[in-house]
Parts: sequence; structure tokens; C-alpha cells
Amino acid sequence: MKVLVPVKRVVDYNVKVRVKSDGTGVDIANVKMSMNPFDEIAVEEAVRLKEKGLVTEVIVVSCGVAQCQETLRTAMAIGADRGILVETDVDLQPLAVAKLLKALVDKEQPGLVILGKQAIDGDNNQTGQMLAALTDLPQATFASKVEVAGDKVSVSREVDGGLETLSLSIPAIITTDLRLNEPRYVTLPNIMKAKKKQLDTFKPEDLGVDVAPRLKTLKVAEPAKRGAGVKVADVAALVDKLKNEAKVI
Amino acid sequence: MTSLVIAEHDNASIKPATLNTVTAAAACGGDVHVLVAGEGAAAAAAAAAQIAGVSKVIHADGASLKDGLAENVAAQVLAIASSYSHILFPSTAAGKNVAPRVAAKLDVAQISDITKVDAPDTFERPIYAGNAIATVQSADAVKVITVRTTGFDAAAATGGSAAVEAVAAVADSGKSAFVGREVTKSERPELTAAKIIVSGGRALGSAEKFTEVMSPLADKLGAAIGASRAAVDAGYAPNDLQVGQTGKIVAPQLYIACGISGAIQHLAGMKDSKVIVAINKDPEAPIFSVADYGLEADLFTAVPELVKAL
Repeated sequence: MKVLVPVKRVVDYNVKVRVKSDGTGVDIANVKMSMNPFDEIAVEEAVRLKEKGLVTEVIVVSCGVAQCQETLRTAMAIGADRGILVETDVDLQPLAVAKLLKALVDKEQPGLVILGKQAIDGDNNQTGQMLAALTDLPQATFASKVEVAGDKVSVSREVDGGLETLSLSIPAIITTDLRLNEPRYVTLPNIMKAKKKQLDTFKPEDLGVDVAPRLKTLKVAEPAKRGAGVKVADVAALVDKLKNEAKVI
Repeated sequence: MTSLVIAEHDNASIKPATLNTVTAAAACGGDVHVLVAGEGAAAAAAAAAQIAGVSKVIHADGASLKDGLAENVAAQVLAIASSYSHILFPSTAAGKNVAPRVAAKLDVAQISDITKVDAPDTFERPIYAGNAIATVQSADAVKVITVRTTGFDAAAATGGSAAVEAVAAVADSGKSAFVGREVTKSERPELTAAKIIVSGGRALGSAEKFTEVMSPLADKLGAAIGASRAAVDAGYAPNDLQVGQTGKIVAPQLYIACGISGAIQHLAGMKDSKVIVAINKDPEAPIFSVADYGLEADLFTAVPELVKAL
């Protein structure tokens, strides 16, 4: 079976973002971008399934500006076989991405779609679930273990209070949590090989999807700053402050 | 205009996250109804009817809803969705699992993790690990929302007297099945509801040390124990204790961070705490920039001393 892995180009997780002074958004000009960390885990998982012989082809897809090609090349250097870029300058919201992905699922007919559980820019945690709804496929979100056996996939999920295990019939949608695996480093020879892999480009119109944003962002502001704290000399002073100044114990 | 809150429950009682969600629903204006979907959940439905501000409880009971499978719970919500202007879920693992599925079926955008209701169609939510707050407006007919529980006060669990209306449970989708559950046992308060949290990081060095150092402090303060991602990844603490962007979001009265450097992903989960204490031997640790009280000391001596001093 084929596996489809959607990947997103986001501001690198180590970057401390700044809000633009006019309140229209976050300043991402000249900021380091990389693959969303949860998506790296998704690509790694798909490649591992391929290495186990359970999967024949890993297709990575990214939706967004032309530079998303770099993200796709990274995914192909990890081990994906080919890439699809849905190119648009429109600010894509999860529902629009889910619709684009649905069109690609209809076209490619993958057995599994593995997504990250959330992107670290919008922090939405929606796309996988929305794709599952639109395609009418079962979903297993926040996966920490995936085992394919015949026409079923068994997934352990991280839930509040512990873990739960579900069994889904294939085709199915899975979203990754942090502990699913440790993504490998890409090597130089693999980066070179990835440059030769097939990358197809579509426009949203080619897929018949309206990607106009549904939510309007009125403003983006800095969160309230915390007042400057104090350093205390020793434990006794700390206990005294907590008891008498903050009155929390 | 009526709001529907999807209750988080364990069939016997209502989870506290539901109460915060009811407050958010009330802020949207109009009546507040609560859906209790489960199996043998009459007690939970009765408890939901007691919540102040709730005018109706809809109780769907059936085997398909027993384990909260997203496919079935979403279908149950959709079966009654047409009467509501707002559908709100707590932003818990269960809520986040189902809400986007409902939104996509209704062909509306979903609004995640709201921290404030500015108007019935305008909400505030944190983005970029809490480093920016976006105000978003929805033009959709139905607003499907997940509510960051630490952003809203809990509604009173008693004082209401809502009618309970039974509805038929949806059929099982047949596409997914529940296999089993491994629950982490704990006698301590629940992390997201605790008034005091003591949290440990990688500096603790091992699972044994983590328990040995953090437990007495938690016991002394009646606190819940949290952990940084580094501590969880190293296997010092189970992963449902993780506080941060990808773990639990907490806002207790007092948060004591021991041996945690304070990466932005961790701060995203705890910076709305009322008082933050940092104990760390590295004076340059970023955690000191958000701490109200910082103690520059080795936690292996400072924490036991603190336990003694309390």
C-alpha cells in the first residue's frame, strides 16, 4: 500500500517569534523555516513502515508557497519516494488543507495517511481529524505506536491519564505524537539523491478546491508580560516570600 | 442562539474541564445545553444537570459511545447539531480528537483553544506556543470551538436544575474499535485542576531520583507533579505528566519548576500560573525570566531543605 504524509513548512521551533508592531501577524520575514517537528516524525514512521516491507511507496505532500519544495526535499532525503506540492500564496487554514488533501487521497488512494498532530505555528490540531471526516475514514490521533497487520492498523494513543489502543480498518488516518519515534538525520548522499526524486506541482484550482480563509484574523498581539521577578538568597527566604508576600502556601 | 457543550466524563461523573467549558459557552450568549454521550452514563447526565447555568442536558446512551471513539461521538454531535449556533468542546485529548471532525462535516472552520470570548463570533487564542495572541472572527453559521480550560473559571457544579432529555445513540461506524487502556495510577490531584504543581526536569537525572526528590515536596504541598518534555523523553516521568505546548496546559496558583531550563515549549504550558518559582543552578536558565521567585541552587539540596522548611 501507499502512504501519504502531509508536511508543513513552519518557523523553526527554536526561533522566538516577534509580533509585528501593526498587529497584523507574526514577523516571519528572514526567519529560519523548517519542517514541522511532528511531520518529521510522520515521515520517519512512514519510511520505517516501508523498510519493514509493509508499504510500497511513501508520498509526501505540502501545501503553500513555492519554498515548501525545500520541506518536501527534506522529507525525500529522509526516505520518501516522491513529492507533491500544492502551490498557493493564500493563507491556508486547516479546513482548506484538509480539502486539498482529500482531493489527493481520492487521486492516490493511499492505505494510510500519517500527519503530525499539530503544527507549531497555528497550534490548531485539526487537519488530520478534518481529513478523516471529509474522507469518511477512521482516525487515530496522538499516536505513540503504530502496528500494521493485514487490513487493520493498531494504534496506541496518548490520552489524558495514560494510553489507549485502537484498531482501525485500513484505509485510515493517523496523527503522530512526539514519542512515536526519533526522526533520523538526513545524510548528504541522501540529500543529493532527493534532488532527483519526482516532485509534481498542482494549484488548488487543479484539484477543484476553494481555499479561501474562513476565519478572519482581526489582530495579533503580544501576550501579557509577566512582572519582573526576584531572586531569593536561600530556601528560608523563598518560604517566607511564598507565605507572606505571595500567600500561596 | 443556543450553545452545546460536549461533556467530558467517565460515565459516572463529570470531569472538571466541562465546567470551564460551560463558562465559555455562557460567554457566547444564549442558552447552554450539555451533551452527555456514553454508555451507562445516567449518573454523569444527572451531575451535568446540576451545573449552574445549564438549561438542558441531552443524554445519549449506547454501546457505540462507550469508549468515546471519535467517529461515533462526532456522529452523535452531528445528529443534534442543527439546533445550535455554538458547539464547544473542552480542549482535552478527547475534545481535540472529536471537534475538528464535527467542524469538517459541517463544512465550517474550527477555532482551537480559545482563551477569551470577545463577541459571539470573535475569540482570542494563543498561537506560536503562546508567543502571540490572535483575535479571530468566524463568519460561519455554526462555531465549532475547543476551549482552553485554564482560560475560563469553572462554573459551579451545583445549583442548576436542568431537564435531562434522552436521545437515541448513533450506530457504530464499524471502522474503528477500542482495544484497551493503560491508565497511569495516581493519588495526587489531577494536573490540570491542581492548585499547586511541582514540576521536575532533566536535571533530576533518573526516574528514581525524580520520585525520591519530587514526591515528598508534592505530598507536603498537596500538589500535583508535572514534568518537562526532557524528563518525560528520558523516561523519568510518564508522558501524561508533561506540561507544555504539546502536553498539558496548566495555570495553578503556584508552579514550582525544579531543574527545568524553561524552553519556550515548556513555558507555553505554564506561564499563566499565578506565582512561578524556579529552582535551578544555572543562573542563565530562561526559566528565571518568567519566575516570580528564583532560587539559584542545586535542587538536590534545595528541594529537601524546602520540604523541611514547610
